[in-house]
Amino acid sequence: MNGSGMGKYLTTIGLEVHVQLKTQSKMFCGCSTDFGAPPNTHVCPVCLGYPGALPVMNRDAIRLTVISGLMLGCRINPYSKFDRKNYFYPDMPKNYQITQYDLPLCLGGGVEIEVGGRAKTIGITRIHLEEDVAKNLHYATWSGVDFNRAGVPLMEIVSEPDLESPEEASAYLLALRQILTYAGVSDCNLEEGNMRCDANCSLRLPGRTALGTKVEIKNINTVKGVHGALAYEEIRQARALDAGQTIIQETRRWDADQENTSSMRTKEDAHDYRYFPEPDLMPVALPAEQVAAWKAALPELPKARRERFVAQYGLPEYDAQVLAAERAVADYFEAALRVIPRAPKAVSNWVMTDVLRVLSERTIDIGRFPIAAEALAELIDLAETKVINSNTARDVFALMLDGGGRAGDIVKARGLAQVSDTAAIEKVVDQAIAENAKSAEDYRNGKAVALKFLVGQVMRLSKGKANPQMATEMLVARLGKG
Amino acid sequence: MSGLHTLGVHEVLERLNRRECSSEDVVRDLLGAIGRIDGTIDGYLSVGAEDALAQARAADDARRQGATGRLLGVPIAVKDVLNVKGQPCGCASRILQGYVSPYDATAVARLRAEGAVFLGRTNMDEFAMGSSTENSAFKVTRNPWNRDCVPGGSSGGSAAVVAADEAIAALGSDTGGSVRQPASFCGCVGLKPSYGRISRYGLTAFASSLDQIGPMTKSVRDAALLLQVMAGHDPHDSSCLPDPVPDYAASLVPDLKGIRLGLPREYFVGGSDPEVERAIRAAIEVCRGLGAQIVDVSLPHTPYAIATYYVIATAEASANLARFDGVRYGTRATGAEDPIDLYKRTREQGFGAEVKRRIILGTYVLSSGYHDAYYLRAQKVRTLIRRDFEQAFRACDAIVAPVAPTPAYPIGEKGGDPLQMYLGDIFTVPVNLAGICGMSVPCGLTTRQLPVGLQILGPALGEGNVLRVGHAYEQAGGWNKRRPPL
Repeated sequence: MNGSGMGKYLTTIGLEVHVQLKTQSKMFCGCSTDFGAPPNTHVCPVCLGYPGALPVMNRDAIRLTVISGLMLGCRINPYSKFDRKNYFYPDMPKNYQITQYDLPLCLGGGVEIEVGGRAKTIGITRIHLEEDVAKNLHYATWSGVDFNRAGVPLMEIVSEPDLESPEEASAYLLALRQILTYAGVSDCNLEEGNMRCDANCSLRLPGRTALGTKVEIKNINTVKGVHGALAYEEIRQARALDAGQTIIQETRRWDADQENTSSMRTKEDAHDYRYFPEPDLMPVALPAEQVAAWKAALPELPKARRERFVAQYGLPEYDAQVLAAERAVADYFEAALRVIPRAPKAVSNWVMTDVLRVLSERTIDIGRFPIAAEALAELIDLAETKVINSNTARDVFALMLDGGGRAGDIVKARGLAQVSDTAAIEKVVDQAIAENAKSAEDYRNGKAVALKFLVGQVMRLSKGKANPQMATEMLVARLGKG
Repeated sequence: MSGLHTLGVHEVLERLNRRECSSEDVVRDLLGAIGRIDGTIDGYLSVGAEDALAQARAADDARRQGATGRLLGVPIAVKDVLNVKGQPCGCASRILQGYVSPYDATAVARLRAEGAVFLGRTNMDEFAMGSSTENSAFKVTRNPWNRDCVPGGSSGGSAAVVAADEAIAALGSDTGGSVRQPASFCGCVGLKPSYGRISRYGLTAFASSLDQIGPMTKSVRDAALLLQVMAGHDPHDSSCLPDPVPDYAASLVPDLKGIRLGLPREYFVGGSDPEVERAIRAAIEVCRGLGAQIVDVSLPHTPYAIATYYVIATAEASANLARFDGVRYGTRATGAEDPIDLYKRTREQGFGAEVKRRIILGTYVLSSGYHDAYYLRAQKVRTLIRRDFEQAFRACDAIVAPVAPTPAYPIGEKGGDPLQMYLGDIFTVPVNLAGICGMSVPCGLTTRQLPVGLQILGPALGEGNVLRVGHAYEQAGGWNKRRPPL
């Protein structure tokens, strides 16, 4: 089936996803990888390609790539090497890029996606490691190059041409991002350019086994962009084929503002990259014991965690999916749950509604959420044991958000503990009935809503502290069946 | 004080240690000699007189305060291919005019840590590409023994200034013979250590898998000391060997008892100048007299070495020299319309003919469709050449051979025929391809009073025996004391 209504043709898509690895320093020198510093402040002779400077491998970049490969079910090459890819461009300090040509770190593997209720596995061809290039900046009359990004470790994940629609392509990208952030190998922050993608797309008539002519689309930097670029390309190619034209093998650039693709270069002026082994770096040998040790320490995959949340905590599928979407959120949930293991659903409700709402309102990630998981658990515990009622709990949550301290302290300091003492509540109930004789009368005459009003009055008179359930029961008892 | 410029490293150190002179005296003597002689030799591209004097005074102060660096106050000349912080590093090329090094090469930093003084930059073939120093963009260095002849290359400036006593010692770099051949042509000692023995960090790359820094000195003992200081693991160079550095001075014994010296059959097939061959044969007899056993060995893949070398070296160079584009440092052509035009203009104007020839050759051998036939095949032959030496070193401890088939030739004689010049590297390039070590030691003069060098080769990390053979021969032969008529 075809995802975009181009029913006549079958679409074949493969993605090359570039992911910046979360290392402290660059791939071949000690410069910082921090984003957002003033231009050309994280540079040295190595990442500027000065005469005589030599690259030295960042072992952590190798480790993170192998961990990614293991998370994605790849085979890890016991012997891998680096190569020079030669081409001239101002964003390339050496005018060659150190990358991996024929012996990448990881081979094979796959990512599970689900689109329109149909699950499928997208194959991964290979994962290799390379260095990022600098950033060209263009001004009215001149251009500049910021080399802060040059040499940041970049992992390229090449998929098999298993994707059949723009929807599948964006689902693949999201699934990949989820797994890689789970693995802790990258922030996968699209705004900071942590994750970028090129797509290959071709169309063919059903029944044809040979793939159509492939077009490569570059400069796709968002999940929305992947969908947009491929949807545009499907229509463009289908129209060309309908008109009896042949598709030219070429590289096209996605323009996110114009929402179209335009030709960058055709096959004729394709680069000859003249790959050859990088003589400045030794080949990488990965002993099986090392790979096994990394494998043993891998975090759970998102899917496994989702399934465990259902099986272990009895959470609904929906809750499990929301909570496990991000590893940090799932970690937060489980940290809170460790404090009050008896109440998984209550903790789930708090995290899903209150915590995630605040994250979205404040556009922060959970790492910067002001309430620690253990502190939230204490609050939930107070509500679950009826020390405070649920409205009070929400008020305490708001105070905690603004740095009000621990839940127990707030409740104590402000005298917010729920009153469950029968005599005390009876007193307030009598007062409520005395002050609202008309409502009491209405209730006795069968007007059920009047009871709600009276409960509200009890809560008001008790400053919200009365146990609302007890108050209701007492009112009913006092007034007799309505 | 006068005559200090004629001394070697150890002799300078002895005088300094005995307080007979200061480092400043040595530098002043050298500056005087350079002023008198270099106008006819053109060995230096630049001499930082004030800077060198300041370094010398600092070394003298340090010595007065009890510092004991192994090279404290010894001035050293540096080939223009090595980065010395704050000095130009132009590789004798127009494209790097105006570039000042922001950092020290590891070898330079180690010499500096032992108190060495960096005197000036020596001339070379542009980017170390050449065998005569005629390919410098700025000047032609002349052989101190005969100023109508080339000094050899590419480290011709370093060899000439050492031979002409315009330096105490110098550094060169050797990718296919660039330390040994000029040492042979000028009559000084030139050592190319095993690949990975000295860090390449800060050595502007010509061919990364072949390049090594090497000392050029007035005696084998001096070469051993400079090697001792520069050698050893460097975290900035992944190809630098982690093996511990032995005490090379301990190898410097006066006899060759128990040493088996191999004579490679293929290096004595009559292709060399008869006077060169005669000098080498005489040197071999001296070694025999010192107790060495002479054995025949074979290096059957020698005939393929030149072709193999010029494929691999140019392939690597085509990538290594891509960074010289006028964007970040050096000269930038004006009037460019776009980045590609900027590269074309800058590189067209900035590189000399030989550099362009090698970049184009290297680009060609890596091109799609030719890669396997040239680059890949050359790598396979390289393995065979390496195995030749492994095999030969089972039968001997060191190999002796000529450095070059000829002594120094007249300036301009081979400039028009690059292939003829490449063939002069036949005895030196196999050493770089195999990653082993080699040294040139003066072993005679031709009837036209041009020096001849004896090449002594050892296996990878076999510097100890190479130095031992060179030192024992030097003590018995004495050719290193001969000085050109200036």
